[in-house]
Amino acid sequence: MHEFNEPLITAWQLVAAADERLAGIVLLSLRVSLAATLIACIVGMPIGALLAVGRFPGRRVLIVLFNGLMGLPPVVVGLLIYLMLSRAGPLGAFGLLFSPEAMIIAQAVLVTPIVAALTRQVIADEWSEYREQLRSLGASRTRAAATLLWDGRFSLSTAALAGFGRAIAEVGAVMIVGGNIDGVTRVMTTTIALETSKGDLPLALALGFILIAVVLAINAVAYALRGWAERHWG
Amino acid sequence: MITRRLFCSTLAACSLLAATAIHAQERYITVSSTTSTEQSGLFGHLLPLFEKASGIKVRVVALGTGQALDMARRGDADVVFVHDKAAEEKFIAEGYGVKRQEVMYNDFVVIGPKADPAKAAGKDILEGLRRIEAVKAPFVSRGDKSGTHAAELRYWKAAGVDLAAKKGAWYRDTGSGMGPALNTAASMNAYILADRGTWLSFKNRGDLGIVVEGDTKLFNQYGVILVNPAKHAHVKQADGQKFIDWIVSAEGQKAIAEYKIGGEQLFFPNAKR
Repeated sequence: MHEFNEPLITAWQLVAAADERLAGIVLLSLRVSLAATLIACIVGMPIGALLAVGRFPGRRVLIVLFNGLMGLPPVVVGLLIYLMLSRAGPLGAFGLLFSPEAMIIAQAVLVTPIVAALTRQVIADEWSEYREQLRSLGASRTRAAATLLWDGRFSLSTAALAGFGRAIAEVGAVMIVGGNIDGVTRVMTTTIALETSKGDLPLALALGFILIAVVLAINAVAYALRGWAERHWG
Repeated sequence: MITRRLFCSTLAACSLLAATAIHAQERYITVSSTTSTEQSGLFGHLLPLFEKASGIKVRVVALGTGQALDMARRGDADVVFVHDKAAEEKFIAEGYGVKRQEVMYNDFVVIGPKADPAKAAGKDILEGLRRIEAVKAPFVSRGDKSGTHAAELRYWKAAGVDLAAKKGAWYRDTGSGMGPALNTAASMNAYILADRGTWLSFKNRGDLGIVVEGDTKLFNQYGVILVNPAKHAHVKQADGQKFIDWIVSAEGQKAIAEYKIGGEQLFFPNAKR
């Protein structure tokens, strides 16, 4: 077991020393992944709700498509966004490659299908329960989708957390579009990959423990907030 | 209604958090370089000195040489700093680079199990490789079109070993960077060609050590090239040139010579001035 003792001690020392570089890396990770999750929610939740209550041709195909895209390989998303943002690519003029913005775009693309697919499931369940009621009130399908989204906001936080979990844990996409530039686009996962390739396995694992702790903390805060909000305004 | 307002303000706060502080405008250039210069810690030593002298930040994207040149071909770098002379000259000939200047060299070493089952130890790289192939001792190849991979293929060819015919389970093509390839070699107790800088800074050595070193053929030259502004108009020509001028200057060359790990010098400046 001693392989795990050293990283645990290293992790603790890094945290205790409030290492400034480490703090910067953790903050950048959070900023990029939170922003990506936010975008994914703004885009994905309405899509999911409309897929749940809507009636239009191709709906089933879209449902399967979004479910399937939950398994998008990060490397492929990274490569596609890289080719789009590269100077030789269609969006090259914006000069976004190797910036945190590029990483946000890549993670948002990766996470949107997850949020959309999970939202659809939550809303579909609600829809089967409240369908008659909403109909009798004369609500249009769009109106019903909006109402159900608002109604299911507490359950939907799980969809957002699943998206965030995917975003903060992935390395393939941010490595390609961010370039792992020291102090600019280096996040937790790319730092771990770098230390692994330098053969410093204890440090890599220590950083891994810190990443897991950060993700757990975020989830704990979200859980507590949800309980508090439900009690006060549920 | 309070709920809705709270929800909306949380959303707004989140987006603010996301939007702030990401954009700090600063003067910088982007350099595409190799994993050997980044992972050996050389850039960590050089770049703060250059920044102090010039006020220009350098953003390094570390890739294999082949990939680093491709990135520059697409216009995503201002300067390339790599080590594969043939590929660099091709890059210039295609018109993507302005001029190639030599900066420094280090050397390749063959790393292998300390017990040396192939009896490859010595100074002669070609003889060493022949012996490894003769007993089919496990050998890890980068296989990623990097400068080190290109050099490895050249040595096999010069040693008269036809890899296409002799390749077997003993030759492991990993398609990975220097560090990951060394990790693989350490766990399989295999032979591998590595640059000395990465090896010296590599920590997960397992039972591996240097087997072949000191052959003049193992010389590994690094060059620096400004990406041609005629191909990509947005290239930061003036600041990129400043970086090149500094790194081949007496000051830059001295900084390279001063970089050591465990008292051992990693890179030897040899710019022609």
